[in-house]
Amino acid sequence: MIEGILIGLQTALSFKNILMVMMGCFFGTIIGMLPGLGPMTAIALMIPITYGFEPSTGLILMAGVYYGAVFGGSTSSILINAPGVPGTVATAFDGYPMAQQGKAGKALAIAAYSSFAGGTISAIFLLFAAPSLSKVSLAFRSPDYFALMVLGLTAVSAFSSKGQFLKAMMMVILGLMLATVGQDSLSDITRFTFNNMNLTDGISFVLIVMATFAMSEALTIILKAKDPSRATEQISLSQLGSIKLDKDERNKMLKSIPRSSVLGFLIGVLPGAGATIASFLAYGMERNYVNEEEKQKFGKGSVHGLAAPETANNAACSGSFVPLLTLGIPGSGTTAVMLGALLGFGIQPGPRLYMTNPEIFWSVIMSMYIGMVILLILNLPLIPYIARVLATPRNFLIPLILFFSVTGIYLMSFNNFDIYLMIGIAVVATFLRLYNFPMPPLILAFVLGSLMEENLRRSLLISDGSFNFLWDRPLTAIILVFTISIISWQAYKSFKK
Amino acid sequence: MRISTDKIISLLFFILSAFYLYQTYQIQVFSFDEHAPFNAKTFPTFLAYLGMFLSTLYVVLPERQPSKVDHKVLDYKSTLYLIIIVTIYGFVLLKAGFFLSTSFFLFFSYYFLGERRWIWMLILSFPFVALFMFLLHGLLDIYLRDPFLKMLGVIG
Repeated sequence: MIEGILIGLQTALSFKNILMVMMGCFFGTIIGMLPGLGPMTAIALMIPITYGFEPSTGLILMAGVYYGAVFGGSTSSILINAPGVPGTVATAFDGYPMAQQGKAGKALAIAAYSSFAGGTISAIFLLFAAPSLSKVSLAFRSPDYFALMVLGLTAVSAFSSKGQFLKAMMMVILGLMLATVGQDSLSDITRFTFNNMNLTDGISFVLIVMATFAMSEALTIILKAKDPSRATEQISLSQLGSIKLDKDERNKMLKSIPRSSVLGFLIGVLPGAGATIASFLAYGMERNYVNEEEKQKFGKGSVHGLAAPETANNAACSGSFVPLLTLGIPGSGTTAVMLGALLGFGIQPGPRLYMTNPEIFWSVIMSMYIGMVILLILNLPLIPYIARVLATPRNFLIPLILFFSVTGIYLMSFNNFDIYLMIGIAVVATFLRLYNFPMPPLILAFVLGSLMEENLRRSLLISDGSFNFLWDRPLTAIILVFTISIISWQAYKSFKK
Repeated sequence: MRISTDKIISLLFFILSAFYLYQTYQIQVFSFDEHAPFNAKTFPTFLAYLGMFLSTLYVVLPERQPSKVDHKVLDYKSTLYLIIIVTIYGFVLLKAGFFLSTSFFLFFSYYFLGERRWIWMLILSFPFVALFMFLLHGLLDIYLRDPFLKMLGVIG
């Protein structure tokens, strides 16, 4: 292995490859900041460029773009509450409130440090544990995945404050219902489309997230513009760009990072789970981990609440390379694009990759670490300038948020229907938010909906329609016991007194 | 007896779930799939019943913290106007093309929200959109339909 690491270091530290990582991080950050363009699009855009390079150089460039785009997505989540990718939705829960309190610079710095730490720690895990973890990931079967998704959705009940448990669960069901619109993945039968061709492919994630977060936020700001209680929420412009964290903030961040890194990496290793589930689970776990006083700060600008999902989503990014490189199974949409690129280079990822092409296997792992360092060096000095976005007067900022929301959808579908649908969902979401119906559970349910149905389908078919699959396997049963404990605890807390 | 808005929303959610269940039964599955352990109706049926169950629970159980919204301080009029402007923007986007519709949308939105710094309004509409288009169309090679710019020969 030492020999492999040295080969990897030698390849990754060549001038050309360092330049590629830098370029990848820079362009990835810019593309990731544009709503509607996530890491998958960013990497797909890079594929034609990489075909002129050696495979290791091409992969290094794509890895840089990947990390840059994830960080860029966090930036738009924190500054304008517009997460462009599912993995950064949980970042907005506390990042955006922090930015509203005049701490945008700090929020971005916490995101940068946490991303760096999460990515670095999981790159080390990847270095030592990749081959053995690939066996663990193969041990997960459909019933386990189904149970894991139920656990993920139940964990969102932890996000809802006291007395909001049922509201959060209703939002989960609404998100799952929206996810069933369009063609059934196996039979191709159209469902809930009302004979509208535009709904045949279902509703896009970007549409839902833009409607419920960015556009709904813009409408809420206008709606509450004359509310005297909002007048106190004036942003302190002088503090916007400050990236200095005090001792207390540093300590909180340092406590969240290790546990979220481990969780994020392990979730990332599971094919199909990825950064989204990792960030939501890390947020839920962190909330249950901290003391009662800190718990009350969640959703209002908590350092723990921002550091945990940011660490976990980056850790999961590294983790998702385990099934890709060791089994040839892409763990997420983004790594699926990278698999396509690898096959384009004539490389077949799988258990023999680190024997047949050690320079590729190890150089990608080493360049991940180098990419993290470069991302931090590139982005930290830019934070005070990026944070100034919030200093834009409201009269300019609101139309620009609406513009980015509409453009994000327009770039994906090029039709009016999706724009009208987004406006309709945004109006309903604004109304629901007014009455404290939380949106994050809806988003997570929407993201997991099709995967959940797929795994339930497989599980039921294997068990011939019996629900015994829920307790037949010890792993499934253990995950479900966790889920039931969370539901019971939340129900007890909601109904006591 | 006064029913809180939260409970009315839950009641609406119950109606939505019931309608969803009705629509689920309208799904035409293949005849060989009708009695399969899992077909296109199975998952939506679970969801519909679960939605009805949860909303019933919310309506029936006593409410501890009903949401309080002061409608007097909410600016419904401005919000409605902004929604209409975005809808018009969505309507003309494909017809007039990206550049003109987006630039005018931004310009009029700034004006509507009370902005009167004309130079900034101009800079953050027409040149800003041009720069954005250059980034997408020119650098990233992402196609943006624009009959107006095509007519002028700016884009191919």
